[in-house]
Amino acid sequence: MKRQAQVLLGTLLATAGLLSAGSAMAGKTLDQIKQRGQIVCGVNTGLAGFSQADSSGKWSGLDVDHCRAVAAAVLNDPDKVKYVPLTAQQRFTALQSGEVDVLARNTTNTLNRDASLGLSFVGVNYYDGQGFMVPANGKIKSAKQLKNATVCVQSGTTTEKNLTDFSRANKLNIKPVVFEKLEAATGAYFSGRCQAYTTDASGLASTRAKEAKDPKAHLVLPDLISKEPLGPMVRRGDDEWLAINRWVLYGLIEAEEYGITQANVDQMKSSDNPQVGRMLGATEDLGKHLGLDKEWLARAIKATGNYGEIFERNVGPSTAINLPRGSNNLWNKGGLMYAPPLR
Amino acid sequence: MTPSNLIEARPAPAAKRRGLSWSSREGRAALYQIIAVLAVAAVAWLLVHNTLLNMRTRGIQSGFDFLLQPFGFDISESFIAYTLTSNYLVAYTIGLLNTLKVAVVGIVLATALGVLVGVGRFSGNWLVRQICYVYVEFFRNVPVYLQLLIWYLVFTEILPDFDQAWVMGPVYLSKNGLSFPWPVWSLGHSLALLGLVLGAVLWSVLARRAKAEFARTGELPRTWPKALPLLLGLMVLGWLAGGAPSEWNMPKVGEFQIEDGAVFSPEFLALLLGLVCYTAGFIAEVVRSGIASVSLGQHEAAASLGLSRAQSMRLVVLPQALRVIIPPLTSQYLNLTKNSSLAVAIGYPELVSIANTTLNQTGRAIEALAIVMLVYLSLSLLTSALMNWFNARAAIAER
Repeated sequence: MKRQAQVLLGTLLATAGLLSAGSAMAGKTLDQIKQRGQIVCGVNTGLAGFSQADSSGKWSGLDVDHCRAVAAAVLNDPDKVKYVPLTAQQRFTALQSGEVDVLARNTTNTLNRDASLGLSFVGVNYYDGQGFMVPANGKIKSAKQLKNATVCVQSGTTTEKNLTDFSRANKLNIKPVVFEKLEAATGAYFSGRCQAYTTDASGLASTRAKEAKDPKAHLVLPDLISKEPLGPMVRRGDDEWLAINRWVLYGLIEAEEYGITQANVDQMKSSDNPQVGRMLGATEDLGKHLGLDKEWLARAIKATGNYGEIFERNVGPSTAINLPRGSNNLWNKGGLMYAPPLR
Repeated sequence: MTPSNLIEARPAPAAKRRGLSWSSREGRAALYQIIAVLAVAAVAWLLVHNTLLNMRTRGIQSGFDFLLQPFGFDISESFIAYTLTSNYLVAYTIGLLNTLKVAVVGIVLATALGVLVGVGRFSGNWLVRQICYVYVEFFRNVPVYLQLLIWYLVFTEILPDFDQAWVMGPVYLSKNGLSFPWPVWSLGHSLALLGLVLGAVLWSVLARRAKAEFARTGELPRTWPKALPLLLGLMVLGWLAGGAPSEWNMPKVGEFQIEDGAVFSPEFLALLLGLVCYTAGFIAEVVRSGIASVSLGQHEAAASLGLSRAQSMRLVVLPQALRVIIPPLTSQYLNLTKNSSLAVAIGYPELVSIANTTLNQTGRAIEALAIVMLVYLSLSLLTSALMNWFNARAAIAER
């Protein structure tokens, strides 16, 4: 009877978005993933450069590469990932309820989200800021000129509040038109309903490159009105899983610093640099602290390349999205990407 | 009670035994009910308790305290003013008022259009009949979500930019929506509105008196020659008493859009048109079935009394058809109100849209959605209660 009641409750609660107790205790996520043979990764429904599926259903992007790298480290195969596209509203509930193992969906780290949702931020995989896109033929050259303007925005994001703060601080009386779906918001902007479209600068570049009929007809304004450190999230209470995600992210940044690339990772195993030997498991076994084997990072680098390669391949100047490295460069090259040492 | 010379059709019911005894039928029935209620309550309690427990063990904060926190995001359309420090309750109220705005206007328009189309299907004119038929089949069979998107596309793609707006006198139609002049609201307008309400009340009193007169003498005195001047007079009086304000807020072409005046946004118009056209298709069918339910004899009887087609429809057929029409009509009203939540797709800031944003700012998913459910439930029950009252009034008065 008691078991039946529990089964019933479990089913009901799963539909309410919360699994019954005991499914997410510490250390369980890794075991579940190994048993399942697959990582379930929550991604954006479609944001070029970050997570987007091509016509054959193959996902790619900066966020997708986080999941691929983790899958390579944990399961020895970057393709053993199941991608769950999530809207801005769905994302936290999906992670809380255990529907996804990791949420890599260009999510801004804020106090509220880090402290009150029962979730933890893994780190920052892209330093962003909120900007505006306007038609290039208009007279708007700065965000401060948007007085009384209508601005299209997607709901369920930090963007809405930033926009209001900016509008009030500069007495602009901006009117937001809020859409649930990204495509609806950009569609309304392209049709001329709004004088500007606002989101993170990376999102603007992505939309401008991939969705505008003529990218040159649109201008991304130079003003950034907020800090948006984007990064993956995991559930709280499973510190082992959090550590794996965090150190895969750090490991790829560290790999760039030490010049380990997708192409040379095998040769580098015999490098004279002791730090490189430690990272690639040639000398020391760092993997065992994470519950993994010693080749974990070598496999991740082999799957996706180091952070710099990931950036260049997905959003860098050679891609259509054409984002400068800027704040996302390494700390010793004028950027903010700084990984604690792997030792 | 039964006369002793009659054979009973079935045995007289046993004398009722009071108390919750297992041996009495009533007692068992009552026990079953109590058990059922307790079981439902227990499952509900377990669900809530377990959810809260799980949320606590996972460090997810919960509770409704967020409602008193400032919400701090702008809402594009609002009946009430809000400030930097207005709390989430105010945000929800704004969303609710926006939902009500589209629901009330939508219900009135959908009813008018639906009745027109429904009656049109009995028209003597072949073309009118066919147009009404095609209307119903088209709008009823295309998903309302698609209709909303199409209307929104019409407004945002086909209409001109604000600086090339279609101008009809002081009215502008563009991608900014429909801008029109609106009086600068002051005391005079409020008093005029008060006069209108007072006039309407007096009108209904007069109408009731006329009805009593009709019952007594068989002559129906005309009400409107007395009531209409009274109503208009009271309105003008209120306006004059408030200092006869005559200032208008005129729309004009601004830097980025049509500024000032009153405006129906493209989001509101698309939602309204989509809901009205869709629901009117169903209402037309409801009305048609209601009219069809009145037997042909009633039409013939009305005709033989010398009533015209229009008169027989208005005085004989429709009052009887109403009894069939009202219950399914209520469902259509409820559907329209609930379908307004699809507005999140086209950016109209109604209740669900506000709740979505709230959910994301605060992370209180269950709470934010529970409030929405409660509000829709209350709205639906209120609509049902009103329609039930109306239904009782329209029911056959048995004498």
